[in-house]
Amino acid sequence: MKCLVTGSNVKVLGKAVHSLSRIGDELYLEPLEDGLSLRTVNSSRSAYACFLFAPLFFQQYQATTPGQDLLRCKILMKSFLSVFRSLVMLEKTVEKCCISLNGQSSRLVVQLHCKFGVRKTHNLSFQDCESLQAVFDPALCPHVLRAPARVLGEAVLPFPPALAEVTLGIGRGCRVILRSYHEEDADSTVRAMVTEVCLGEEDFQQLQAQEGAAITFCLKEFRGLLSFAESANLNLCIHFDAPGRPAIFTVKDSLLDGHFVLATLSETDSYSQDLGSLERHRPVPQLQAHSTPHPDDFANDDIDSYMIAMETTIGNEGSRALPSISLSPGPQPPQSPGSPSEEEDEAEPSTVPGTPPPKKFRSLFFGSILAPVGSPQGPSPVLAEDSEGEG
Amino acid sequence: MKFRGKIVDGACLNHFTRISNMIAKLAKTCTLRISPDKLNFILCDKLANGGVSMWCELEQENFFSEFQMEGFSAENNEIYLELTSENLSRALKTAQNARALKIKLTNKHFPCLTVSVELFSMSSSTRIATHDIPIKVIPRKLWKDLQEPMVPDPDVSIYLPVLKTMKSVVEKMKNISSHLVIEANRDGELNLKIETELVCVTTHFKDLGNPPLASESTSQDRNPEHMAEVHIDIRKLLQFLAGQQVNPTKALCNIVTNKMVHFHLLHEDVSLQYFIPALS
Repeated sequence: MKCLVTGSNVKVLGKAVHSLSRIGDELYLEPLEDGLSLRTVNSSRSAYACFLFAPLFFQQYQATTPGQDLLRCKILMKSFLSVFRSLVMLEKTVEKCCISLNGQSSRLVVQLHCKFGVRKTHNLSFQDCESLQAVFDPALCPHVLRAPARVLGEAVLPFPPALAEVTLGIGRGCRVILRSYHEEDADSTVRAMVTEVCLGEEDFQQLQAQEGAAITFCLKEFRGLLSFAESANLNLCIHFDAPGRPAIFTVKDSLLDGHFVLATLSETDSYSQDLGSLERHRPVPQLQAHSTPHPDDFANDDIDSYMIAMETTIGNEGSRALPSISLSPGPQPPQSPGSPSEEEDEAEPSTVPGTPPPKKFRSLFFGSILAPVGSPQGPSPVLAEDSEGEG
Repeated sequence: MKFRGKIVDGACLNHFTRISNMIAKLAKTCTLRISPDKLNFILCDKLANGGVSMWCELEQENFFSEFQMEGFSAENNEIYLELTSENLSRALKTAQNARALKIKLTNKHFPCLTVSVELFSMSSSTRIATHDIPIKVIPRKLWKDLQEPMVPDPDVSIYLPVLKTMKSVVEKMKNISSHLVIEANRDGELNLKIETELVCVTTHFKDLGNPPLASESTSQDRNPEHMAEVHIDIRKLLQFLAGQQVNPTKALCNIVTNKMVHFHLLHEDVSLQYFIPALS
């Protein structure tokens, strides 16, 4: 494989790598016919990111040398990122960037041709790997939002930089609401400040979502894509479904394609229980029904039904009274209402807590060899190749 | 108990934000006292604060275009709330270019001070950011500990030099010693002294000027050049100086020999008093 990036695209590439570095520790680099793909996944498998750079993005793009198979490699994110560490330097001094993958030497060579005849060559060692594939389809998501990244960037400004999770939902009058999410910690005496930002329908180029739809996802991971999209002045598209199903964030232009797939929280918000208006539902049914590769065929724990507390404020004279949301019931298996945790045990006896992600996010199921340890996958038609020497 | 206020003027908003940034630097947790005419940020001299106390006062009508409050009772028409100062300053930070800011006492699962910011947005719709700052309502019986501290008659009262200069001096001194002596006389001279086994460093400030003393009785038996001094913890002084991002309109310092140093600053119309006790 050999590809040459020139001019301002070097910085774009660098920014994409920075974005990816927010997600995972390993970068999967795969030259495909339709472009160079850079992918990563986080350790708890709750976030996946992929950038695909079309051949036109490059001055020269050669996916394979004739007679060779497509090579795929996995590199330490830190190593790759160190080449593109200083975006300022990339912009100011780097004229060309050449990335080549030689099957014989097991090195990924990244060569930066800089001003004044300076050439920096990085030889990064890599591992052969299988293709990292996440199973997701934006078209399956009933809710879509699209807005310029700048609008979303401004919307997340009020949130503290350290905030881990945020809830995105549709309120009354098609207003889009972003709210800080804090895990209920019974022991903590110090409560956290709750921040909420309300955007109008007019801020969005596309808003196709039901009132009451809401998801909670990791803000830090989202910020990775957001900063890339803002710098490239792109529109950001958010496809989402019910809580618990992954949310898909995409950016696109003629030369590149970015997809960030983030798991969403699926658990009862205990605050909401005080407000009689919210009902507790049974666990989302699809999770039990399928063992086929389905975006939410997750290997993991907690399938409590999830209520997002977008409740009306008691005593608030403001006009923003947000409706309480309940899951729109899908086809539900008959179950007696009980406390969700009990049901969970009954309904999913096969659920073995794998490596539990600390925040009860579901792991994304990739349908690939990269299945989490200890996961009780049923026989599922796997969409990625066999694991060879894996697990 | 009710409280609601609205700030629409940009300059007032910025000033209020600066004050809250200053408070956030001076005290991690503080008490906000709301009364019909004033707002106070209070830190009382508990052991947890190292004996430092703070009293900041502002006139509400200098900031709020709308202000309504209903205190604990008719006779005690005040509200005392405890909050994390950083929350307020962070909430106000979003109001930098806001059309309006509303602040009110609410009860959303838990008592909060809700700061609602109406932002300018490109599109016609308004964008609103809301911050719910968790607070603790302070019961009536504890109010007596949160009153304006008595300022004892100082031995010397002197105007302070440029605070930035003082801060950079004290910052360097902090690396050498953990306590410092602040001394001043009625001749406009102020010294900051540190002393260790190996080295003594003194910074002299001259021609500072002294405000007229309220009581002249003590001044008679004192030589104007006689220094009143107090030994204090350098970090407390540094924390105070670091909180002053903007140079105050007026700044003076009262020293009670071997007891405490009292700083009294005026930031436009907001008064700040900061008390640092002497090291025993």
